Amino acid sequence: MPAIYALYVINKSGGLIYNKEFVVMASNNLNDTLRLASIWHSLHAIAAQLSPAPGCTGIELLQADTFDLHCFQTLTGTKMLMVVEPNTPDVDILLRDTIYDLYCDYVLKNPFYEVEMPIRCELFDSNLFQTINNVHRRWGLLH
Amino acid sequence: MFSSPLYRLNIVDRPLAKGKGEVSLSAFSFLFSELVQYCQTRVSNIGELERRLEDIGVGVGLRLLEILCFREKNSKRDIRLLDVLKFVHTSLWKYLFGRQAKDLEQSNTAEDEYMISDYDLFVNKYISVPKDMGALNCAAFVAGIVKGVLDGAGFRARVTAHFVPVKGQPKPKTTILMKFDSVVLAREHRLPSL
Repeated sequence: MPAIYALYVINKSGGLIYNKEFVVMASNNLNDTLRLASIWHSLHAIAAQLSPAPGCTGIELLQADTFDLHCFQTLTGTKMLMVVEPNTPDVDILLRDTIYDLYCDYVLKNPFYEVEMPIRCELFDSNLFQTINNVHRRWGLLH
Repeated sequence: MFSSPLYRLNIVDRPLAKGKGEVSLSAFSFLFSELVQYCQTRVSNIGELERRLEDIGVGVGLRLLEILCFREKNSKRDIRLLDVLKFVHTSLWKYLFGRQAKDLEQSNTAEDEYMISDYDLFVNKYISVPKDMGALNCAAFVAGIVKGVLDGAGFRARVTAHFVPVKGQPKPKTTILMKFDSVVLAREHRLPSL
């Protein structure tokens, strides 16, 4: 059953600036999430340099037994991480097209948002929830 | 490209271009966002920020009055209060937002107060006002435009923008409140009724 667990946004220096869980997750505390963000940031950078594949930009997908972690990096180095149920389809497209769009619209065009700082924008939250709900509905998780 | 006879004419002799009606919403939003941030660095409180946005709007409004009267009213300007309000509600709103404003009403309590309300003004489309900024409404810029138009037409008024929550709607509507000068009303009463 495909499902979206959580969305994290990491700024270009490796700090967590947004985290939102869409399901109740076992043992989530903010410290773990912050650690995940900065470790991912470093691993992403190291992987890009160590990778034998030419033109590698970093890790795009981490597959574990209980979850998939998709990563999308914008041109400016902001990273969006999405934790989903294993084998959920089209998450990369969702991140690149929909979530990135929402971020550009409701975060970057908001005059009260400071770049690289934690995201506290009501409209971003509400539109994100709506989008995630729509996706879940399409997969038949909500009725 | 300069061989066209148009270019040989003096700029004031050339016909005034109708102008393309639309600009990119993204480009506008980024520009407006920078405008708000620029104003924010120069003020110490919310009231001042609104006043600054309003002042910028006034300049826009004065110019819009000129060009809209020229284009749509054969260079004639309305002199009656209701006509001017209708002009703001229809012509100005159509030019700015591509449609008429939702409502135009007179206040129940005061004779000199009129309100124009609308949902989803695009100036507020992407703006989330932080909680600590309280009642700030960036539509103060639009209020400034309206003030510019009214002032230019000879109807001095105090114009402010407010959020008004609506039952059954997730988003509040924006109301532009116009309070006219006593001089304006006195003049209006002297004129014969329509």
